[in-house]
Amino acid sequence: MKHGFLDRYSDLGSFIHKLDPRTKVITTFAFILVVVLTPPPRWQAFALYFALIAGLVLLSKIPPLYVLKRSLVIVPFVLFIAIFIPFLKPGELSGSYNIWIWQISHSGLLILWNVVIKAWLSVLSLILLSATTKFAELLNGLEQLRLPKVMVMILSFMYRYIFVLVDEVIRMKQARDSRSFGGKRTWQLKTIGNMVGTLFLRSYERGERVYGAMVARGFEGQTRTLSRPHFRMADLYFAVVFLICLALVSLSLLI
Amino acid sequence: MEKAIEIENLSYSYPDGQQALRDINLAVGLGQTVALIGPNGAGKSTLLLHLNGILRSDGTVRILGVPLEDKNLKWVRSKVGLVFQDPDDQLFSPTVFDDVAFGPINMGYAEEEVRGLVGQALEWVGMKGYEERSPHHLSVGEKKRISIATILSMSPEILVIDEPTANLDPRAKWELIELVAGLPMTKIVASHDLEMVAALCERTIVLDKGKIAADDATSNIMSNTPLLQRHGLAPASGIIEPQYRGPSPNR
Repeated sequence: MKHGFLDRYSDLGSFIHKLDPRTKVITTFAFILVVVLTPPPRWQAFALYFALIAGLVLLSKIPPLYVLKRSLVIVPFVLFIAIFIPFLKPGELSGSYNIWIWQISHSGLLILWNVVIKAWLSVLSLILLSATTKFAELLNGLEQLRLPKVMVMILSFMYRYIFVLVDEVIRMKQARDSRSFGGKRTWQLKTIGNMVGTLFLRSYERGERVYGAMVARGFEGQTRTLSRPHFRMADLYFAVVFLICLALVSLSLLI
Repeated sequence: MEKAIEIENLSYSYPDGQQALRDINLAVGLGQTVALIGPNGAGKSTLLLHLNGILRSDGTVRILGVPLEDKNLKWVRSKVGLVFQDPDDQLFSPTVFDDVAFGPINMGYAEEEVRGLVGQALEWVGMKGYEERSPHHLSVGEKKRISIATILSMSPEILVIDEPTANLDPRAKWELIELVAGLPMTKIVASHDLEMVAALCERTIVLDKGKIAADDATSNIMSNTPLLQRHGLAPASGIIEPQYRGPSPNR
Protein backbone atom coordinates (compact mmCIF):
# COMPACT_ATOMS: atom_id res chain seq x y z
CA MET A 1 0.00 0.00 0.00
CA LYS A 2 1.11 3.53 -0.69
CA HIS A 3 1.62 6.04 2.06
CA GLY A 4 3.05 9.47 1.88
CA PHE A 5 2.01 11.21 5.03
CA LEU A 6 5.35 11.80 6.66
CA ASP A 7 7.33 13.78 4.14
CA ARG A 8 4.77 14.57 1.48
CA TYR A 9 5.79 17.42 -0.87
CA SER A 10 9.43 16.85 0.10
CA ASP A 11 10.33 16.30 -3.54
CA LEU A 12 9.17 19.72 -4.73
CA GLY A 13 12.03 21.84 -6.00
CA SER A 14 11.90 25.21 -4.24
CA PHE A 15 15.06 26.81 -2.93
CA ILE A 16 14.03 25.88 0.60
CA HIS A 17 13.94 22.25 -0.44
CA LYS A 18 17.46 22.55 -1.78
CA LEU A 19 18.94 23.98 1.41
CA ASP A 20 21.26 21.81 3.48
CA PRO A 21 19.15 19.89 6.03
CA ARG A 22 21.43 21.20 8.79
CA THR A 23 20.55 24.79 7.90
CA LYS A 24 16.89 23.96 8.14
CA VAL A 25 17.22 22.07 11.42
CA ILE A 26 19.22 24.87 13.03
CA THR A 27 16.95 27.69 11.85
CA THR A 28 13.84 25.74 12.82
CA PHE A 29 15.11 25.22 16.32
CA ALA A 30 16.25 28.81 16.60
CA PHE A 31 12.76 29.85 15.56
CA ILE A 32 11.10 27.60 18.13
CA LEU A 33 13.44 28.80 20.84
CA VAL A 34 12.74 32.47 20.10
CA VAL A 35 8.99 31.89 19.88
CA VAL A 36 8.93 30.05 23.18
CA LEU A 37 10.97 32.74 24.92
CA THR A 38 8.81 35.64 23.70
CA PRO A 39 6.66 37.12 26.51
CA PRO A 40 3.02 36.24 25.85
CA PRO A 41 1.54 39.78 25.90
CA ARG A 42 3.56 40.82 22.82
CA TRP A 43 0.99 39.72 20.31
CA GLN A 44 2.60 41.86 17.59
CA ALA A 45 5.68 39.66 17.78
CA PHE A 46 3.60 36.54 17.31
CA ALA A 47 1.88 38.09 14.33
CA LEU A 48 5.28 38.77 12.78
CA TYR A 49 6.50 35.25 13.54
CA PHE A 50 3.43 33.95 11.78
CA ALA A 51 4.11 36.25 8.82
CA LEU A 52 7.66 34.90 8.66
CA ILE A 53 6.52 31.28 8.58
CA ALA A 54 3.71 32.07 6.14
CA GLY A 55 6.21 33.76 3.84
CA LEU A 56 8.47 30.71 3.90
CA VAL A 57 5.54 28.39 3.23
CA LEU A 58 4.64 30.46 0.17
CA LEU A 59 8.26 30.42 -1.00
CA SER A 60 8.46 26.66 -0.56
CA LYS A 61 5.51 26.11 -2.96
CA ILE A 62 3.80 23.82 -0.48
CA PRO A 63 0.00 24.27 -0.59
CA PRO A 64 -0.74 26.54 2.43
CA LEU A 65 -3.97 24.68 3.06
CA TYR A 66 -2.01 21.46 3.56
CA VAL A 67 0.21 23.09 6.18
CA LEU A 68 -2.82 24.57 7.91
CA LYS A 69 -4.67 21.25 7.99
CA ARG A 70 -1.65 19.39 9.30
CA SER A 71 -1.19 21.94 12.06
CA LEU A 72 -4.84 21.71 13.11
CA VAL A 73 -4.44 17.99 13.69
CA ILE A 74 -2.04 18.72 16.51
CA VAL A 75 -3.86 21.67 18.07
CA PRO A 76 -6.54 19.58 19.88
CA PHE A 77 -3.84 17.97 22.01
CA VAL A 78 -2.57 21.34 23.13
CA LEU A 79 -6.10 22.66 23.63
CA PHE A 80 -7.01 19.69 25.76
CA ILE A 81 -4.22 20.50 28.16
CA ALA A 82 -4.53 24.25 27.98
CA ILE A 83 -8.32 24.52 28.24
CA PHE A 84 -8.25 23.89 31.98
CA ILE A 85 -5.69 26.53 32.79
CA PRO A 86 -8.04 29.57 32.84
CA PHE A 87 -10.20 27.78 35.41
CA LEU A 88 -7.39 26.64 37.61
CA LYS A 89 -5.39 29.82 37.83
CA PRO A 90 -6.87 32.08 40.51
CA GLY A 91 -7.58 35.60 39.27
CA GLU A 92 -4.74 37.87 40.15
CA LEU A 93 -5.50 40.66 37.74
CA SER A 94 -8.63 42.71 37.88
CA GLY A 95 -11.29 42.11 35.27
CA SER A 96 -11.93 38.43 35.62
CA TYR A 97 -14.96 37.09 33.74
CA ASN A 98 -17.74 34.98 35.06
CA ILE A 99 -19.23 32.26 32.91
CA TRP A 100 -21.96 30.40 34.73
CA ILE A 101 -20.26 29.03 37.83
CA TRP A 102 -16.66 29.29 36.69
CA GLN A 103 -14.40 32.16 37.27
CA ILE A 104 -12.14 32.77 34.33
CA SER A 105 -9.19 34.82 35.28
CA HIS A 106 -7.38 37.18 32.98
CA SER A 107 -3.99 35.69 33.79
CA GLY A 108 -5.37 32.23 33.12
CA LEU A 109 -6.55 33.30 29.68
CA LEU A 110 -3.15 34.73 28.99
CA ILE A 111 -1.55 31.40 29.82
CA LEU A 112 -3.97 29.63 27.49
CA TRP A 113 -3.11 32.04 24.69
CA ASN A 114 0.56 31.59 25.51
CA VAL A 115 0.45 27.79 25.25
CA VAL A 116 -1.72 27.66 22.15
CA ILE A 117 0.06 30.26 20.05
CA LYS A 118 3.54 29.01 20.89
CA ALA A 119 2.65 25.39 20.25
CA TRP A 120 0.93 26.27 17.00
CA LEU A 121 3.80 28.39 15.66
CA SER A 122 6.30 25.69 16.64
CA VAL A 123 4.23 23.02 14.93
CA LEU A 124 3.94 25.16 11.81
CA SER A 125 7.71 25.51 11.62
CA LEU A 126 8.18 21.76 12.12
CA ILE A 127 5.64 20.99 9.39
CA LEU A 128 7.56 23.33 7.11
CA LEU A 129 10.78 21.50 8.00
CA SER A 130 9.37 18.02 7.44
CA ALA A 131 7.51 18.99 4.27
CA THR A 132 10.58 20.52 2.63
CA THR A 133 13.13 17.90 3.66
CA LYS A 134 13.23 14.25 2.65
CA PHE A 135 13.33 12.17 5.80
CA ALA A 136 16.57 10.48 4.80
CA GLU A 137 18.22 13.89 4.32
CA LEU A 138 16.87 15.08 7.64
CA LEU A 139 18.49 12.05 9.28
CA ASN A 140 21.79 12.86 7.57
CA GLY A 141 21.52 16.41 8.82
CA LEU A 142 20.83 15.35 12.39
CA GLU A 143 23.73 12.93 12.25
CA GLN A 144 26.07 15.64 11.03
CA LEU A 145 24.84 17.85 13.85
CA ARG A 146 26.23 15.17 16.18
CA LEU A 147 22.95 13.70 17.30
CA PRO A 148 23.98 10.32 18.80
CA LYS A 149 24.06 7.62 16.12
CA VAL A 150 21.77 5.37 18.14
CA MET A 151 19.08 8.06 18.06
CA VAL A 152 19.53 8.53 14.32
CA MET A 153 19.20 4.77 13.78
CA ILE A 154 16.07 4.58 15.91
CA LEU A 155 14.51 7.43 13.90
CA SER A 156 15.56 5.76 10.67
CA PHE A 157 13.97 2.44 11.67
CA MET A 158 10.87 4.29 12.79
CA TYR A 159 10.55 5.90 9.39
CA ARG A 160 11.23 2.64 7.54
CA TYR A 161 8.88 0.43 9.52
CA ILE A 162 6.03 2.75 10.42
CA PHE A 163 4.57 2.10 6.97
CA VAL A 164 5.08 -1.63 7.27
CA LEU A 165 3.31 -1.58 10.64
CA VAL A 166 0.47 0.55 9.32
CA ASP A 167 -0.03 -1.96 6.52
CA GLU A 168 -0.03 -4.77 9.04
CA VAL A 169 -2.65 -2.99 11.17
CA ILE A 170 -4.83 -2.34 8.12
CA ARG A 171 -4.66 -6.00 7.15
CA MET A 172 -5.49 -7.10 10.69
CA LYS A 173 -8.44 -4.71 10.80
CA GLN A 174 -9.72 -6.03 7.48
CA ALA A 175 -9.40 -9.60 8.72
CA ARG A 176 -11.26 -8.67 11.90
CA ASP A 177 -13.99 -6.69 10.19
CA SER A 178 -14.70 -9.44 7.69
CA ARG A 179 -15.42 -11.82 10.55
CA SER A 180 -16.93 -9.50 13.13
CA PHE A 181 -20.60 -8.65 13.23
CA GLY A 182 -20.94 -6.19 16.05
CA GLY A 183 -20.96 -7.81 19.47
CA LYS A 184 -20.62 -6.24 22.85
CA ARG A 185 -18.29 -3.35 23.47
CA THR A 186 -16.21 -5.34 25.97
CA TRP A 187 -15.77 -8.05 23.37
CA GLN A 188 -14.56 -5.51 20.83
CA LEU A 189 -12.13 -4.09 23.34
CA LYS A 190 -10.77 -7.57 23.95
CA THR A 191 -10.25 -8.03 20.20
CA ILE A 192 -8.37 -4.76 20.01
CA GLY A 193 -6.21 -5.87 22.92
CA ASN A 194 -5.39 -9.10 21.14
CA MET A 195 -4.52 -7.18 17.98
CA VAL A 196 -2.15 -4.91 19.86
CA GLY A 197 -0.51 -7.94 21.44
CA THR A 198 -0.12 -9.68 18.09
CA LEU A 199 1.30 -6.52 16.56
CA PHE A 200 3.87 -6.29 19.34
CA LEU A 201 4.94 -9.91 18.91
CA ARG A 202 5.21 -9.55 15.14
CA SER A 203 7.26 -6.38 15.49
CA TYR A 204 9.51 -8.06 18.03
CA GLU A 205 10.14 -10.99 15.70
CA ARG A 206 10.68 -8.65 12.78
CA GLY A 207 13.24 -6.82 14.87
CA GLU A 208 15.12 -10.07 15.37
CA ARG A 209 15.08 -10.80 11.63
CA VAL A 210 16.16 -7.29 10.70
CA TYR A 211 19.05 -7.56 13.13
CA GLY A 212 19.95 -10.86 11.48
CA ALA A 213 19.95 -9.15 8.08
CA MET A 214 22.21 -6.41 9.46
CA VAL A 215 24.64 -8.85 11.06
CA ALA A 216 24.75 -10.84 7.83
CA ARG A 217 26.07 -7.72 6.13
CA GLY A 218 28.86 -7.11 8.58
CA PHE A 219 27.10 -4.96 11.20
CA GLU A 220 29.10 -4.99 14.43
CA GLY A 221 27.30 -2.45 16.58
CA GLN A 222 28.58 0.81 15.17
CA THR A 223 27.21 2.60 12.17
CA ARG A 224 29.46 4.15 9.63
CA THR A 225 28.41 6.66 7.06
CA LEU A 226 29.81 8.19 3.93
CA SER A 227 30.92 11.79 3.99
CA ARG A 228 28.16 14.22 3.19
CA PRO A 229 27.85 17.33 1.03
CA HIS A 230 28.99 20.65 2.47
CA PHE A 231 27.15 23.88 3.13
CA ARG A 232 26.65 26.07 0.09
CA MET A 233 26.53 29.86 -0.06
CA ALA A 234 22.72 29.71 -0.30
CA ASP A 235 22.67 28.07 3.11
CA LEU A 236 24.72 30.86 4.60
CA TYR A 237 22.53 33.58 3.05
CA PHE A 238 19.34 31.91 4.16
CA ALA A 239 20.51 31.28 7.71
CA VAL A 240 21.84 34.82 8.13
CA VAL A 241 18.74 36.52 6.67
CA PHE A 242 16.39 34.31 8.64
CA LEU A 243 18.18 34.75 11.94
CA ILE A 244 18.42 38.55 11.43
CA CYS A 245 14.67 38.70 10.76
CA LEU A 246 14.06 36.64 13.86
CA ALA A 247 16.31 38.83 15.99
CA LEU A 248 14.74 42.03 14.65
CA VAL A 249 11.23 40.85 15.41
CA SER A 250 12.00 39.73 18.91
CA LEU A 251 14.27 42.65 19.83
CA SER A 252 12.41 45.56 18.27
CA LEU A 253 9.41 44.84 20.40
CA LEU A 254 11.41 44.81 23.57
CA ILE A 255 12.20 48.48 23.22
CA MET B 1 36.49 -30.14 -7.19
CA GLU B 2 37.20 -27.33 -4.75
CA LYS B 3 34.60 -26.97 -2.04
CA ALA B 4 32.74 -23.73 -1.34
CA ILE B 5 30.83 -25.08 1.66
CA GLU B 6 31.41 -28.16 3.78
CA ILE B 7 29.15 -29.06 6.70
CA GLU B 8 29.96 -31.95 9.04
CA ASN B 9 27.75 -33.40 11.78
CA LEU B 10 25.72 -30.24 12.24
CA SER B 11 22.83 -30.43 14.71
CA TYR B 12 20.84 -27.57 16.13
CA SER B 13 18.05 -27.19 18.67
CA TYR B 14 15.97 -24.09 19.21
CA PRO B 15 16.19 -22.46 22.64
CA ASP B 16 12.90 -24.18 23.56
CA GLY B 17 14.55 -27.58 23.00
CA GLN B 18 12.87 -28.42 19.70
CA GLN B 19 15.36 -30.05 17.38
CA ALA B 20 15.64 -28.18 14.08
CA LEU B 21 18.64 -29.84 12.41
CA ARG B 22 19.91 -33.39 12.94
CA ASP B 23 23.36 -34.50 11.86
CA ILE B 24 23.64 -32.58 8.60
CA ASN B 25 26.56 -33.53 6.34
CA LEU B 26 26.95 -31.90 2.98
CA ALA B 27 29.46 -30.32 0.63
CA VAL B 28 28.87 -27.82 -2.15
CA GLY B 29 31.43 -27.37 -4.89
CA LEU B 30 32.57 -23.97 -6.15
CA GLY B 31 30.30 -22.61 -8.85
CA GLN B 32 27.46 -25.05 -8.18
CA THR B 33 23.84 -23.97 -7.92
CA VAL B 34 22.14 -26.07 -5.27
CA ALA B 35 18.48 -26.09 -4.25
CA LEU B 36 17.44 -26.81 -0.71
CA ILE B 37 13.82 -27.97 -0.80
CA GLY B 38 11.49 -29.25 1.84
CA PRO B 39 8.10 -28.57 3.42
CA ASN B 40 7.45 -25.69 5.81
CA GLY B 41 9.32 -26.16 9.05
CA ALA B 42 11.83 -28.59 7.56
CA GLY B 43 14.76 -26.50 8.81
CA LYS B 44 15.76 -24.82 5.54
CA SER B 45 16.04 -21.31 6.95
CA THR B 46 17.78 -22.57 10.08
CA LEU B 47 20.39 -24.32 7.97
CA LEU B 48 20.94 -21.15 5.90
CA LEU B 49 21.53 -19.10 9.06
CA HIS B 50 24.41 -21.46 9.92
CA LEU B 51 26.21 -20.72 6.66
CA ASN B 52 27.38 -17.29 7.78
CA GLY B 53 27.48 -17.90 11.48
CA ILE B 54 24.33 -16.07 12.59
CA LEU B 55 23.41 -19.35 14.28
CA ARG B 56 26.19 -21.48 15.74
CA SER B 57 26.06 -24.98 17.13
CA ASP B 58 28.13 -28.14 17.39
CA GLY B 59 29.38 -29.53 14.13
CA THR B 60 31.77 -27.95 11.68
CA VAL B 61 30.98 -25.47 8.92
CA ARG B 62 33.82 -24.77 6.50
CA ILE B 63 33.62 -21.88 4.05
CA LEU B 64 36.11 -22.01 1.17
CA GLY B 65 38.04 -24.51 3.23
CA VAL B 66 38.25 -22.34 6.36
CA PRO B 67 36.39 -23.51 9.50
CA LEU B 68 33.89 -20.92 10.75
CA GLU B 69 35.07 -19.48 14.07
CA ASP B 70 34.42 -16.37 16.15
CA LYS B 71 37.54 -14.66 14.91
CA ASN B 72 36.79 -15.00 11.20
CA LEU B 73 33.06 -14.20 11.30
CA LYS B 74 33.60 -10.93 9.49
CA TRP B 75 35.53 -12.59 6.71
CA VAL B 76 32.92 -15.34 6.41
CA ARG B 77 30.10 -12.78 6.18
CA SER B 78 31.91 -10.96 3.41
CA LYS B 79 32.21 -14.26 1.48
CA VAL B 80 28.74 -15.68 2.16
CA GLY B 81 25.93 -13.29 1.22
CA LEU B 82 22.60 -14.19 2.77
CA VAL B 83 19.36 -12.79 1.31
CA PHE B 84 16.47 -13.06 3.77
CA GLN B 85 13.03 -14.17 2.66
CA ASP B 86 11.06 -11.05 3.53
CA PRO B 87 12.45 -8.00 1.69
CA ASP B 88 10.99 -5.82 4.44
CA ASP B 89 13.51 -7.47 6.77
CA GLN B 90 16.38 -7.25 4.31
CA LEU B 91 15.76 -3.60 3.43
CA PHE B 92 15.84 -1.56 6.62
CA SER B 93 17.25 1.80 5.50
CA PRO B 94 15.36 4.93 4.53
CA THR B 95 16.66 4.83 0.96
CA VAL B 96 17.70 2.14 -1.50
CA PHE B 97 21.20 3.61 -1.73
CA ASP B 98 21.75 3.43 2.03
CA ASP B 99 20.67 -0.18 2.04
CA VAL B 100 22.84 -1.34 -0.83
CA ALA B 101 25.75 0.62 0.66
CA PHE B 102 25.28 -0.85 4.16
CA GLY B 103 27.40 -3.96 3.56
CA PRO B 104 30.32 -2.28 1.76
CA ILE B 105 30.44 0.52 4.37
CA ASN B 106 30.58 -2.04 7.17
CA MET B 107 33.38 -3.79 5.35
CA GLY B 108 35.33 -0.57 5.52
CA TYR B 109 35.55 0.40 1.85
CA ALA B 110 36.37 4.01 1.00
CA GLU B 111 33.59 6.25 -0.24
CA GLU B 112 34.48 6.10 -3.94
CA GLU B 113 34.62 2.30 -3.84
CA VAL B 114 31.28 2.12 -2.02
CA ARG B 115 29.60 4.30 -4.63
CA GLY B 116 31.11 2.17 -7.39
CA LEU B 117 29.96 -1.09 -5.78
CA VAL B 118 26.45 0.23 -5.18
CA GLY B 119 26.12 1.40 -8.78
CA GLN B 120 27.40 -1.92 -10.08
CA ALA B 121 25.10 -3.98 -7.84
CA LEU B 122 22.02 -1.95 -8.80
CA GLU B 123 22.93 -2.20 -12.46
CA TRP B 124 23.30 -5.97 -12.10
CA VAL B 125 19.75 -6.36 -10.81
CA GLY B 126 18.36 -3.80 -13.26
CA MET B 127 17.44 -1.24 -10.62
CA LYS B 128 19.69 1.66 -11.56
CA GLY B 129 18.02 5.00 -10.90
CA TYR B 130 16.25 3.75 -7.77
CA GLU B 131 18.99 5.02 -5.40
CA GLU B 132 16.95 7.71 -3.66
CA ARG B 133 13.67 5.80 -3.51
CA SER B 134 12.22 4.61 -0.24
CA PRO B 135 11.95 0.80 -0.11
CA HIS B 136 8.37 0.98 1.09
CA HIS B 137 7.14 2.45 -2.15
CA LEU B 138 8.49 -0.34 -4.34
CA SER B 139 6.73 -3.45 -5.65
CA VAL B 140 7.56 -6.85 -4.15
CA GLY B 141 9.53 -7.78 -7.27
CA GLU B 142 11.59 -4.58 -7.10
CA LYS B 143 12.21 -5.11 -3.38
CA LYS B 144 13.42 -8.65 -4.07
CA ARG B 145 15.84 -7.40 -6.70
CA ILE B 146 17.19 -4.73 -4.41
CA SER B 147 17.50 -7.28 -1.60
CA ILE B 148 19.80 -9.25 -3.89
CA ALA B 149 21.69 -6.05 -4.77
CA THR B 150 22.35 -5.39 -1.07
CA ILE B 151 24.30 -8.65 -1.06
CA LEU B 152 25.91 -8.33 -4.50
CA SER B 153 27.43 -5.00 -3.44
CA MET B 154 29.59 -6.97 -0.98
CA SER B 155 30.88 -9.11 -3.89
CA PRO B 156 30.34 -12.44 -2.10
CA GLU B 157 31.67 -15.70 -3.46
CA ILE B 158 28.69 -17.66 -2.19
CA LEU B 159 25.13 -16.38 -2.58
CA VAL B 160 22.51 -17.84 -0.26
CA ILE B 161 18.87 -16.94 -1.00
CA ASP B 162 15.87 -17.88 1.13
CA GLU B 163 12.64 -18.29 -0.88
CA PRO B 164 13.51 -15.90 -3.71
CA THR B 165 10.18 -16.35 -5.49
CA ALA B 166 7.81 -16.12 -2.52
CA ASN B 167 4.95 -13.65 -3.10
CA LEU B 168 5.96 -12.90 -6.69
CA ASP B 169 3.58 -12.96 -9.62
CA PRO B 170 4.66 -15.22 -12.51
CA ARG B 171 6.26 -12.45 -14.57
CA ALA B 172 8.27 -11.06 -11.65
CA LYS B 173 9.15 -14.62 -10.67
CA TRP B 174 10.59 -15.57 -14.05
CA GLU B 175 12.45 -12.28 -14.32
CA LEU B 176 14.01 -12.96 -10.94
CA ILE B 177 14.93 -16.53 -11.90
CA GLU B 178 16.63 -15.18 -15.00
CA LEU B 179 18.50 -12.64 -12.88
CA VAL B 180 19.71 -15.25 -10.38
CA ALA B 181 20.68 -17.65 -13.17
CA GLY B 182 22.94 -14.96 -14.63
CA LEU B 183 24.97 -14.53 -11.42
CA PRO B 184 28.27 -16.36 -11.63
CA MET B 185 28.96 -17.27 -8.00
CA THR B 186 28.15 -20.42 -6.02
CA LYS B 187 24.46 -20.34 -5.15
CA ILE B 188 22.31 -22.00 -2.51
CA VAL B 189 18.58 -21.46 -2.95
CA ALA B 190 16.07 -22.57 -0.32
CA SER B 191 12.54 -22.91 -1.59
CA HIS B 192 9.54 -25.11 -2.11
CA ASP B 193 8.91 -23.65 -5.53
CA LEU B 194 9.79 -26.72 -7.60
CA GLU B 195 9.22 -24.91 -10.88
CA MET B 196 12.01 -22.49 -10.03
CA VAL B 197 14.28 -25.23 -8.70
CA ALA B 198 13.93 -27.21 -11.91
CA ALA B 199 14.80 -24.15 -13.98
CA LEU B 200 17.69 -22.87 -11.87
CA CYS B 201 19.53 -25.59 -9.97
CA GLU B 202 21.55 -28.55 -11.20
CA ARG B 203 21.52 -30.26 -7.79
CA THR B 204 18.76 -30.58 -5.20
CA ILE B 205 18.88 -31.46 -1.53
CA VAL B 206 15.62 -32.51 0.13
CA LEU B 207 15.38 -31.54 3.78
CA ASP B 208 12.59 -32.83 6.01
CA LYS B 209 12.25 -32.73 9.80
CA GLY B 210 15.79 -31.41 10.10
CA LYS B 211 17.42 -34.27 8.20
CA ILE B 212 18.72 -34.60 4.67
CA ALA B 213 16.30 -36.96 2.97
CA ALA B 214 17.81 -36.94 -0.50
CA ASP B 215 20.70 -35.31 -2.35
CA ASP B 216 20.86 -35.81 -6.09
CA ALA B 217 20.76 -34.19 -9.51
CA THR B 218 17.63 -32.05 -9.81
CA SER B 219 16.27 -34.09 -12.73
CA ASN B 220 16.47 -37.30 -10.68
CA ILE B 221 14.71 -35.72 -7.69
CA MET B 222 11.98 -34.18 -9.82
CA SER B 223 11.18 -37.45 -11.57
CA ASN B 224 11.04 -39.36 -8.28
CA THR B 225 7.38 -38.69 -7.50
CA PRO B 226 7.17 -41.08 -4.51
CA LEU B 227 10.07 -39.21 -2.86
CA LEU B 228 8.39 -35.84 -3.42
CA GLN B 229 5.11 -37.20 -2.11
CA ARG B 230 6.78 -38.64 0.99
CA HIS B 231 8.13 -35.21 1.90
CA GLY B 232 5.05 -33.21 1.17
CA LEU B 233 6.36 -31.70 -2.06
CA ALA B 234 3.84 -33.25 -4.46
CA PRO B 235 0.10 -33.96 -4.09
CA ALA B 236 -0.40 -37.26 -2.32
CA SER B 237 -2.64 -38.98 -4.84
CA GLY B 238 -1.02 -37.54 -7.93
CA ILE B 239 -4.37 -36.16 -9.05
CA ILE B 240 -5.81 -33.03 -7.55
CA GLU B 241 -9.34 -33.69 -6.43
CA PRO B 242 -11.44 -31.13 -4.63
CA GLN B 243 -11.96 -32.44 -1.11
CA TYR B 244 -14.31 -29.75 0.12
CA ARG B 245 -17.34 -28.57 -1.75
CA GLY B 246 -18.96 -25.54 -0.23
CA PRO B 247 -22.68 -24.98 -0.12
CA SER B 248 -24.07 -25.34 -3.62
CA PRO B 249 -24.78 -21.96 -5.23
CA ASN B 250 -27.97 -23.32 -6.79
CA ARG B 251 -29.54 -24.25 -3.53
